[in-house]
Amino acid sequence: MAQRRKKIIIIGGGLAGLSAAMKICESNAEVILIAYQSLKRSHSVCAQGGINAAIDSRGEGDSPDNHFYDTIKGGDFLAEQPLVRDMCYKAPSIIHLMDRMGVAFNRTNEGHLAFRRFGGTLYSRTAFAGATTGQQLVYSLDEQIRKYEHDGMVQKMEWHEYLGAVLDSKGICRGAIIHNLRTNEIFTLAGDAVILATGGPSQVYAGSTASTVNTGAAATMAYLQGAKYANGEFIQIHPTAIPGRDKLRLMSESARGEGGRIWVPKRADDNRDPLDIPEMERYYFLEEKYPLFGNLVPRDVASREIYDVVYNQNLGIGGQAMVYLDLTHKSKEFLQDRLGGILDIYKKFTGDDPKVTPMKIFPAVHYSMGGLWTDYETDSEGMIESKSPRNQMTSIQGLYAAGEADCHYHGANRLGANSLLSCIYTGLMMGPGVLSYAENIAKSADDVPSSIFEDAKSYWTGRFKTINKMHGSENPYKLHRDLGDMMMANVLIVRDNKTLEKAYNSISDFETRFKDVNCVDSNDWANPTPSFINQLYCMIQLSKIITKGALMRDEFRGAHFKPEFDLNQPKDFDPHEYIHYQEQQNFGEVSDDAFPKSHLDYMKRFEANNKKWLKTSIAQFEGNQPNITYADVNTSLMIPRPRKYD
Amino acid sequence: MSDKTIKLKIKRQDNPRSKPYWQEFEIPYQPLSNVISCLQDIQKSPSAANKVTVNPVVWDCSCLEEVCGSCTMIINGRVRQACTALVDQIESPIVLEPMSKFPVVRDLLVDRNRMFRALKKVKAWVDIDGSQDLGEGPIMADSVRATRYTLSECMTCGCCLEACPQYTKDNAFLGAAAFSQVRLFNLHPTGDMHADERLDEVMGKGGIADCGNAQACVEACPKNIPLTDSIADISRQTSLKLLKDLLLK
Repeated sequence: MAQRRKKIIIIGGGLAGLSAAMKICESNAEVILIAYQSLKRSHSVCAQGGINAAIDSRGEGDSPDNHFYDTIKGGDFLAEQPLVRDMCYKAPSIIHLMDRMGVAFNRTNEGHLAFRRFGGTLYSRTAFAGATTGQQLVYSLDEQIRKYEHDGMVQKMEWHEYLGAVLDSKGICRGAIIHNLRTNEIFTLAGDAVILATGGPSQVYAGSTASTVNTGAAATMAYLQGAKYANGEFIQIHPTAIPGRDKLRLMSESARGEGGRIWVPKRADDNRDPLDIPEMERYYFLEEKYPLFGNLVPRDVASREIYDVVYNQNLGIGGQAMVYLDLTHKSKEFLQDRLGGILDIYKKFTGDDPKVTPMKIFPAVHYSMGGLWTDYETDSEGMIESKSPRNQMTSIQGLYAAGEADCHYHGANRLGANSLLSCIYTGLMMGPGVLSYAENIAKSADDVPSSIFEDAKSYWTGRFKTINKMHGSENPYKLHRDLGDMMMANVLIVRDNKTLEKAYNSISDFETRFKDVNCVDSNDWANPTPSFINQLYCMIQLSKIITKGALMRDEFRGAHFKPEFDLNQPKDFDPHEYIHYQEQQNFGEVSDDAFPKSHLDYMKRFEANNKKWLKTSIAQFEGNQPNITYADVNTSLMIPRPRKYD
Repeated sequence: MSDKTIKLKIKRQDNPRSKPYWQEFEIPYQPLSNVISCLQDIQKSPSAANKVTVNPVVWDCSCLEEVCGSCTMIINGRVRQACTALVDQIESPIVLEPMSKFPVVRDLLVDRNRMFRALKKVKAWVDIDGSQDLGEGPIMADSVRATRYTLSECMTCGCCLEACPQYTKDNAFLGAAAFSQVRLFNLHPTGDMHADERLDEVMGKGGIADCGNAQACVEACPKNIPLTDSIADISRQTSLKLLKDLLLK
């Protein structure tokens, strides 16, 4: 009898899930793709500016090693180096693959791929498809999956929600519990492995650039089932978003990549039309403080500076929490060609034309560097072992994670245009490993007692019955907003322990209020409310991971800014000094006069801080709280050193 | 705070088989409101204008910045996305209805699966040899890329089909979105290798010949995709193919 085909369940129809599905289909395995909505609607479509790959088409001397260095430095050395190196090395072939699939990447005069600059690098490394690169990448992968669906290789289940993993008595993942969002039926699916490509958790915050579906519930459910959740406290705040009520819409970093300048009037009470304010009376604070990188400093730096200008220097436009992002010095033709899509969006939502008047923007929650902890394996050369079943596996055997739901690729701060790359990279990279896992497990889902599936189904059926019967006084949508407001007020750009502690304690109030929720929709068909209530429960748990992680991490690293623990880098410090200092240490003693005293003191502080805090934080669910421990980061390829962008 | 309010009149339907009915809502006015934020406000306090508690209105949305295509509905008689419908720019009371060309799932949520099936039928993809590293993609003029990009911005939102007099619930017409995708893939150097297969699919029942040339699609497209150009182009391509097939028979 022929062996049955391996069956892989993929949750999520964004870039990571679609890439994994494509790779796995090529190996003739059976793929079931579960998506909360129609496939073309996933949050990956919101990515605007581009995708990084060091192809060096402009002859600037860029290389995958430079990309690796910028990514690690941008992430303040918290990213897992062997994985990031592999990602940067594979990036050029990923772009070429996407190009072959028909992505409408902008091109040069000669018809090659065009690249532009993005934050945190001095090279033109970002390939782009107009101003909707994420959308274009999703579509091309979706098209490949449609072909596989046409060929009978993929079974799509859209409008279905993942509720949890089916675990056997040994804690091995044997399938998934699925909720049909139309009929409200709950059922289980058996599979050889389950992949969570379920995106980020930004809906935990009220002011974010996230899609409505980005609740982080699937990853949180894995955490509640015992999986490790890593670096949850590292939340990226994007410096430039458009104010709004239902969401804060992103204004892409590409606006600055194409020459956009950030400024405020020098005088707080200057209420003139921005175009009437002469050059001399404008404060281009990023350009002044960071002459080398200017407006293209990494996102954590830019957001902090905007925050400082608005709240500490009180220079926000008209006293409000806003600064100008100005493109009016560029020609209208240039702007339409390079940035048309995003500028149209700004105009649609504000009524102002950015080609004529400077945009008003402010930072917004954008991305989670942290996520489910995943494993990997290196070969004797330190390169990623491409077929290892450990690659991208969570701490639950047989349960995998990829894309924004994982944790190793961006450290303490993600560089712009690296998220599309890490989503596609992880999806493709994990494929062979997932299959080798499926082929080599001693027992498959067919061999475990059917009772584990029945038990899982009956638990979740019961849970939803209970939710449906909740008739308290709290509106779940209002409670979500309040939770999001609390997180915005306390766990954002500038963090301090007193506030964080208060915030952490306040989460138990949300838990109490949650018990009093009213399931406000009584329809038994296509009813989103019970599912949302379950997601809200997950978001409360997630807010604990983020807040407790932030409270415990007593340092300033990347997006996690605690002024109290700023190591105060001397203004004239050069990061190379630290490399010399390390070398001298390796050869014995560091002489007292080798470095200026203030520099030496700083380097000692930096070294001591890294010894204690250059660690991945790992949250595990114990007694309704996250228990946080710290694990070493693999920094074997590049010595962690102080960051500097001026 | 002013006492200004936003009034909404919403066509509701509990399930695909039940009868639709109208409900009115009144919520406090807030600056920067759009139709989505109104629906979210109703979720937070689900009671109709007559103070009777009701089930919150169900609708489809995701990105809220007009790139995902989810939140299409009929707003004051015109099909469009709810996210870009700013309260300050539209007339009150705001009248919301589900699209009429697709089966209603519930309230404003409709089932647009037919659109995705059409994409499958017209083979809207580039046939690649696999995801292994085969080097660079084909060289392409940026002008061709620009045309393709415009077509590729189609987010399968359904506006063009809602507006099309030819597209009905019970016929097999493929519609402008699918025709435009045929043009998109036939414009790609690799996609062109399978151009005939796509043309075959739009030459049968429900194909390009059924287009009544009403030109309503291009008016309704929120992304300004030149859909009528696509229809003309695909008509040309199919006519040529017909001729070729006849001569080579």
